Amino acid sequence: MTPSLRIAGLAFAYPDGYQALFGVNLEIAKGERVALLGPNGAGKTTLVLHMNGLLSGGVGTVEVAGLTVEKQNFPEIRRRVGVVFQDPDDQLFMPTVRDDVAFGPANMGLTGSDLAARVDEALEQVAMSEYADRPPHHLSFGQRRRVAVATVLAMHPEILVLDEPSSNLDPASRRELADILRGLDITLFMVTHDLPYALELCPRSVVLSEGVVVADGPTRDILLNDELMRANRLELPFGFDPRNVPA
Amino acid sequence: MPSPHTHGHDVGERLFVHRHSVIHRLPAEVKTVAMVAFIFTVIMTPPNQFWAFALYAVILVGVAGLARIPARVILPRMLVEVPFVFFALLMPFFGTGPTVEVLGLSLSQAGLLAGWGILIKGTLGVVSSILLAATTPARDLLMGLERLKVPELLVQIASFMLRYTHVVSDEMHRMKLARESRGFTATGIRSWPIIAQSGGALFIRSYERGERVHLAMLSRGYTGRLPQLVTVTTTAADWFTAMSLPAVGLIIALTAIWAGR
Repeated sequence: MTPSLRIAGLAFAYPDGYQALFGVNLEIAKGERVALLGPNGAGKTTLVLHMNGLLSGGVGTVEVAGLTVEKQNFPEIRRRVGVVFQDPDDQLFMPTVRDDVAFGPANMGLTGSDLAARVDEALEQVAMSEYADRPPHHLSFGQRRRVAVATVLAMHPEILVLDEPSSNLDPASRRELADILRGLDITLFMVTHDLPYALELCPRSVVLSEGVVVADGPTRDILLNDELMRANRLELPFGFDPRNVPA
Repeated sequence: MPSPHTHGHDVGERLFVHRHSVIHRLPAEVKTVAMVAFIFTVIMTPPNQFWAFALYAVILVGVAGLARIPARVILPRMLVEVPFVFFALLMPFFGTGPTVEVLGLSLSQAGLLAGWGILIKGTLGVVSSILLAATTPARDLLMGLERLKVPELLVQIASFMLRYTHVVSDEMHRMKLARESRGFTATGIRSWPIIAQSGGALFIRSYERGERVHLAMLSRGYTGRLPQLVTVTTTAADWFTAMSLPAVGLIIALTAIWAGR
């Protein structure tokens, strides 16, 4: 089966000369849930922005479900890759929740009852249906994050990409979001510093450091590899032991 | 985290007064056109035809009554007019031509009339705008402008302003708290550089947010046009109802012009 995501030999330097990626290779099968770990400045965000063509111009290729990320494919690529950015206030720019969730599918050409059905379905998936007509800034941070997820689910993406999904969430919102994400039947790629969250949601993790993939394997094995963890400035929260978490 | 002081009080909703009335139900673009046309008829009217302005005022009171917008909502909002009133009050002192004695002051007759004209026309215009804003949510106004073929870019800019005013003012408030928790108090001219620097930082932050929002929009297939999400059907009856306001205004204006020849 065609993998959801295939990245081959991706290298990229910003116009100011700063090189962020030095040849990244990564393949994610359909339906997999993968966490991307790494210290600040490892190139995680740069990698994410390559996945839907917001950054390009380096070497290497990115394919989403067999379709190459390049200019003439952008509309379809942006449908297939649903990126949820870290700050929901950046993601939710329309006057109401409903309009915001409709923005993506409407850009794809959906109208009328098809569009309404998409919006209802996506809001249902994140348990936010009753807030459809509220302005985004009347919602709590956790609710806004869930609506942000709905805005990309409404486009029926091949792969859901989340940038720091658990950041700034209180423990209850963090767990609610985990329940929602676990319930989705979709390929999931999650950038995070929250290692317990990665362990909880993603059977597989990839460690990015200084622009290359330095480890790729079962999340539990990576978190238990002290040497690897130390070398990449990854640390478990105080008192957290992956061995105590049931597999 | 939204701070409680701004919660639910963003610009658009603060002006809108929720009621169920004929005026509230009219589509936004119809009301906008009717209001602008009405203001034009007011402007056309010669200032010396006092009865005409009384009629205009009665009409606006009638509209407010229909829309069930009470005076205690309208009157405080009229304060925005104060700076213009100031200029209107100066005119009798600087006008030329024949003068009249009022309380020992020598005032220009032409200046008095011109000042009165500015004052009454401005007031009627302000009240009309207040009524429009109180009966139409800001978002509907913007969509109405779009349907009136106002350049899309302008409408987009205005709608982003509406969405992010709250976010930016929140950010400004947090910066203020951060300044004050480190012992800063604004005391006259010497604190201006600090406030100016904060303003600069706020500008940079907002600019960067703009870039992030743009990335988020591109990620969801934005190609330069905001999708038209709501289809509003405007009936001939809507136009007829709304345009009766400027129609009556026009009759008054033309009569006043004819009477003032």
